[in-house]
This record gives sequence, structure tokens and C-alpha cells, in this order.
Amino acid sequence: MLEIAGLSAWYGEARVLQNISLSVHAGEVVTLVGRNGAGKTTLLRSVMGLHRQVEGAVRFDGSALGHRSPDSRARAGLGWVPDDRGIYASLTVSENLLLPPVVHPEAWSLDRVYQAFPVLADRRNSMGTQLSGGEQQMLAIARVLRMGSRLLLLDEPSEGLAPVMVQRIGEIICDIKAAGVAVLLVEQNVKFAATVADRHYLLAQGQVVESLSNKSFQSRESELLTYLGI
Amino acid sequence: MSAFVQYTVQGLAAGGFYALAALGLAVIFGVLGVVNFSHGACYMLGAVAAAVLLDVLHVHFWVALAIVPVLLFLVGVLMERLLIRWLLRLDPLYNFLLTFGLSLILVDVVKRRYGVSGLPYERPAGMTGQVHLGGIGLPTYSVFVCLFSLLICGVVWVLLTKTRVGMIVRACTEDADRSRALGINVGRWVTPVFGFGIALAGLAGVMAAPFRAITADMGGNFVIILFAVVVIGGLGSILGAVAAGFLVGLVEAYGQAYAPTFAQVAIFVLMAGVVLFRPAGLFGRDETA
Repeated sequence: MLEIAGLSAWYGEARVLQNISLSVHAGEVVTLVGRNGAGKTTLLRSVMGLHRQVEGAVRFDGSALGHRSPDSRARAGLGWVPDDRGIYASLTVSENLLLPPVVHPEAWSLDRVYQAFPVLADRRNSMGTQLSGGEQQMLAIARVLRMGSRLLLLDEPSEGLAPVMVQRIGEIICDIKAAGVAVLLVEQNVKFAATVADRHYLLAQGQVVESLSNKSFQSRESELLTYLGI
Repeated sequence: MSAFVQYTVQGLAAGGFYALAALGLAVIFGVLGVVNFSHGACYMLGAVAAAVLLDVLHVHFWVALAIVPVLLFLVGVLMERLLIRWLLRLDPLYNFLLTFGLSLILVDVVKRRYGVSGLPYERPAGMTGQVHLGGIGLPTYSVFVCLFSLLICGVVWVLLTKTRVGMIVRACTEDADRSRALGINVGRWVTPVFGFGIALAGLAGVMAAPFRAITADMGGNFVIILFAVVVIGGLGSILGAVAAGFLVGLVEAYGQAYAPTFAQVAIFVLMAGVVLFRPAGLFGRDETA
């Protein structure tokens, strides 16, 4: 579904991603694990077309994304869930959900979103940023499901959330996967990553240093925790 | 007491111009990321257009109030299509310089054609006298300006909050890049939004025509205060632009009444205070929060 080949990215003169190659298949949850500054967020931003100083090939659903704009990538089925959640403070919860265009016949209806996330239904007329952190995270995920995105780019959804909320986000990710939607997940929380993902890529200093199945990821959890220094 | 009420009405009338123009400035800044320095010149064009229409074609004030914003919308569309569009991908400074240059050109073209002494414009019939409210005489036209600008701000508010286009404009004003990443084709809204912002400046200009001296330079001071308004309200905040517009109008009017030498300074002292204690403006959101 998503194929990245030889992707490099720069901030000015500084090369922050080197020759990244990875893939995500339909209905698969894949994580990018690495320390702060390893280039995880830059990688997601490059896939979304928000970071433009890039080289290399990104293919989605069989077609090259090349220099396509972020909005055309979103309409092709990429679902952007940024690390700050990207909730609009000047839009209500329901407006946040209805803002993006519907891009796929399997997009969730508003009713289905409210059924899956009752808390959003209760607060549909609140302004977006009046929600708690966990609720905002749900809203950000629900928003791209309503849009019908086929691949979610999730940037640290567990960050700053209470354990019970992290667990709920984990369940949501599993539901998404069961619905055939793929997820590329940036995560520092190794335990959380191991509960939701099929495969993992270890990122260090802008390079993929290892590609692991979830099984070997779990068996090496303590080693990885030390390695990541978290 | 009656003097105070009169100053208040005067302040709200002046604030109405600021509010309308700042609203346009805020929407343009939000969606395009362009700080439109030519906003003052467009306000001036609105007033001059009203004066010329009256003089040459005998177009009545009330008709000009409807026609001139449409003309200025077209001016805005041309500016955006021919010039501003090409610099949008570059540093915002380029468009700031471009619109600064444009405003110099517009001002000089008007000077060349109509001179510097000012064009006459009579108050429209029925707007010359005073209305009496609770025994206090208030200039009819000032009261009209207050109410009409509030009405327009209200209409714009409804458009922004109750329509899909308004929702997209609010989203792009808050964060254009994020809106792109959510599939919104921001580029499609750039031209109409710019035209709309310029039309609001033009509307403020028409309303100022019977009220202020119509000269090529009338936008120069106006645009400086307008920037203070936008900073006080919070860059990118639509509600903030309107509220700060009226606030600055009041500060200016009270200043002129009670401390004339301090009137202009007061606005910028207010701005400095706001920047010191609420850097994101009264209605702005803190970027780091």
C-alpha cells in the first residue's frame, strides 16, 4: 500500500533522513520506533508532503506521489494525525469531523463515528480544544476515518495520555486494522507499540537500523528499551 | 455625561472602519499568510471610487455602498491573480514588500489624477442632522456607521460560522498547512478570500467618504493603526480583529477628547501593553500552548 524507497530529507544543509526504505501493506499496523530526533516525525511529514526538502520515491496505492501537494495526497487516502493532534480550536467537534472531504466509499458516516466514539457525540457542539488530550486524540483519529483514509499516519498517539486512555487508543487502532485500514505509527512507547503492531522499524539518526516482526520485537523488549534510552 | 456618550459614539464609528478593514486583513493573513500592506490604499480607493462615482456618474451614496465593494473585490482578484499568487511560496516578506510597493503606486496614481487637496463628498440625504437619544444629540451619520459596520460584521460572522465555506476559511485561518494535510485545496480559496478582504477595506472606504477628508494619503495612517488593531486582537483571530477594531476606535476617540496630544500614542501604548502581557493578542491563541 505504501512503499518508500531511498528517501532522504534535509533541513537546510542538515540531512535528517538517510536512504529510508520501508513498506506498509493494506490492513497492517507498522511502527517507527526511535529516540527523539531520530527523524520519525520528519518521515511522516515527508510522506504527507508537508516536508518538501526530500529525495527518493514514495508510492501509495501503486502510484508515485512525487511532488504532489499535501491536499492531493490526503484525497488519495493518506490520513494525517499529527503529534499535536491538529484539532481546530475555532471549529466545533462536529465541524472538525466534517471539515475534510470524503475521499473513499468506505468512509465512516458521522453516525458511525459517534457510535464508535460516544464521548465525541456528547461533546459535538464543544469547541475542539475544549476536549481533554485523550478526547482530542480520538477526534483526530475519528476525523480521518470519517474522511475515508486508507492509511493513517499516526504520530505518537499515546503521548501524554493516562494509561486507561492509551489502552483505549490501542483498541481503536486494532478496530481500524480490522476494518482493513493500514496504520503507520510513530511511537516511543515500546510496550504500547508491541500491543498493537504487526511489524516494527527501528529508526536511529535518520536511518532504518533494523526491521523486526512483532514477535522478535516482544522478545527483545528490554534490550530495545535500553537501546532507545527510554 | 452627554459629551462622554458622544465621544463613545464617535469612537465606535471610527472603530467600525477599523473593524471592517481589520476583518479583511485578518482573513487574508489567515488564509494566504500575506500581510497586506496595501490594505490602507484599498480603503482609500474605496473612498475615492465613491467620490468619483458621485461626481462623474452621479451615483448616490447608497448605491456606491453596494457597487464599490464589488469593484474592489475585482481589484483584489486582479492583484492576487497577477502578482501576489507568484510570491506565495516564498518568504512572507516578499509579499509584504510587494503590497507595500503596490500601495505606493496606488497612492501616487490617485495623487496624479485627483491631486492632494482632497475630494468633496456630501453626507447623503437624511444623514446630516442629529438623532436624539435620551436627550443626547448624536450625529446621525456616526450612529449609522456604528450600526451598519456592526451589521456587516454580524453578516460576515454568520457566513464564517454557519456555512461550509466559512468553516474552511476558519480552518485555513487557524492553520493552512494542517488544512492541506486534511485534503482541503487551500489554493482554490486564495483568490476569493483575497478579493473579499479587499472588498471589506473598500466598504470601509465608502463609509468613510462622507466622514473624512478623501485624499490619496488617507490610507497611510489608517493602515498603521490597522496593524495595531490586528496585533491587539491577535493575528489570525477573526473575532479579535473586530473587537480590537472597536476598542481602538474608542481609545482613539477618548484620547482625542480628553488628552488630544496623547490620542495616537494611546493606541500604541495599548498595543505594547497587549504584546507584553498577552503576546498572542487579546483573542489570539498562544502558539506554544
